[in-house]
Amino acid sequence: MSDLLSVLQETADPRPERLAQILGCTEEDVESELEELRKNKTLLGWMPLLNPTHHDLEQVRAVIEVKISPEREGGFDRMAMRISKFEEVESCYLMSGGYDLLVFVTGKNLRFVASFISERLATIDGVLSTATHFLLRPYKDHGHIFEEESENQEKPSVSP
Amino acid sequence: MNPENFIADHIKSLPRSGIRDFFAIVSEMPQAISLGIGEPDFVTPWKIREASIFALEQGKTSYTDNRGLLSLRKEISKYCASFFGPEYDPVSEILVTVGVSEAIDIALRSILNPGDKVLYHEPCYVSYAPSVTLAFGEAIPVATTPGQEFSLDPEAFEKAWQPGCKILMLNFPTNPTGGTADREKLERLAKFAKDKDLIVISDEIYAELTYEGEHVSIASLPGMKERTLLLHGFSKGFAMTGFRVGFGCGPDWLIDAMMKIHQYCMMCAPILSQEAAIEALVNGSEDVMRMRDQYHKRRDFVIRRFNEIGLSCHLPRGSFYAFPDISITGLNETEFCHRLLREQEVAVVPGTAFGDHGVNHVRASFSTSYEKLVEATNRMESFVDCLDSENAHSAAI
Repeated sequence: MSDLLSVLQETADPRPERLAQILGCTEEDVESELEELRKNKTLLGWMPLLNPTHHDLEQVRAVIEVKISPEREGGFDRMAMRISKFEEVESCYLMSGGYDLLVFVTGKNLRFVASFISERLATIDGVLSTATHFLLRPYKDHGHIFEEESENQEKPSVSP
Repeated sequence: MNPENFIADHIKSLPRSGIRDFFAIVSEMPQAISLGIGEPDFVTPWKIREASIFALEQGKTSYTDNRGLLSLRKEISKYCASFFGPEYDPVSEILVTVGVSEAIDIALRSILNPGDKVLYHEPCYVSYAPSVTLAFGEAIPVATTPGQEFSLDPEAFEKAWQPGCKILMLNFPTNPTGGTADREKLERLAKFAKDKDLIVISDEIYAELTYEGEHVSIASLPGMKERTLLLHGFSKGFAMTGFRVGFGCGPDWLIDAMMKIHQYCMMCAPILSQEAAIEALVNGSEDVMRMRDQYHKRRDFVIRRFNEIGLSCHLPRGSFYAFPDISITGLNETEFCHRLLREQEVAVVPGTAFGDHGVNHVRASFSTSYEKLVEATNRMESFVDCLDSENAHSAAI
């Protein structure tokens, strides 16, 4: 992993000038490496990590186990891609085990998500069955624990 | 009642730690960015904490064997053989202590008769000289120097030797300088220790945090295991400062003597900490490497910035401290720290808190996040620029 990627994963401040300062190079060097990473599709984009429990951001998320019929050419790929293209679908994975696809869906409320599943997803030709689980409360997402341990207020600010 | 009559004379004459005085000032400024912390900024890895919680749930709340849990001593023995080199008998050659600090204290008290002398290098951890004094010994500091990047200088030890010297006390990698000891110099020092019949107390608490070259323990050199007390613990590499658990490995006669004091004054290290330590040794090595890699990157950033700012700083080859020279500012180390704290709200520690040979230097810990290090070094740059302007103005007048 390049030094830039390594720092990017550790810092909460991805501004090129700040990255350049940390890495001891110029802003242009950082911009050019970022461009290269985008070009070779190592870096696909930026996404802020939001707290889903914040009242302004409250959304309903569901995880759906989907069984589908594989096709003679391409197996599960065409169906998986078709499902992935819905804007409501946040993530879609081919799985081993009792079902074929694991699909994460996000919507503004329960009715919205339910109708997406029953009217759009489950009705696709080739979808054999769905089993939906609504997410109730997040504890950890993308490595971030939502209720962090409180910082030790009594930790000395200077110690030997 | 006169309280003075009830404090022992050698305690009255013991100086207060300079670092404590500075802590009192910094603690009044909670908003300051502190580079003064001598412990990891990482919380103990969860698997290690969880092992301690599990032990508590299982009702493990008792004393342990005075020497520590045998299962822990067996793991320590394996770890020492693979990481440091020497093999120690878990039954007779290992003592689990309440941090390395306790091990230093009881080792000195075990070995020293009043007036015996101890050679140690300086700048060094704040407790070395006071611990010698508390054991009624005489501490003889030997300077490590910026010219040699504060690394081990065997010749300086040879020159400082005098009749009555009994112990050679080492701490490489060093707090506060990050200095290390290479094999060649350790070999020369080992020969000196054998020639002068010295016991070596080697505090290697930062051993895992070595960034350049290999960490070599003096105990691993031929003929040295029998005269070396190797001290190590979990506080730094495993980020377990609050668990207070360390250990000493050495010849059985010395471990027996230390045990006599340990059993009366401490009984044993806390069992929950010992259970956590077992997990650390069995499954913690990846966490140690992850944290070490982080310190390594932060070190490279901080040292580069200090040198850009004009605060000349050698590359610390181990530990998580930078020890820049601040003499270019025209301030002494204490003035520098006080003014930096007051004017830019950044806390670093005066080098003289670690002994007189820390003059003209400050200790800055890079055991903190990139964000804070970037901000702190930017503020230090502004501070040094302001001092430059002040100095230029004074010169013009």
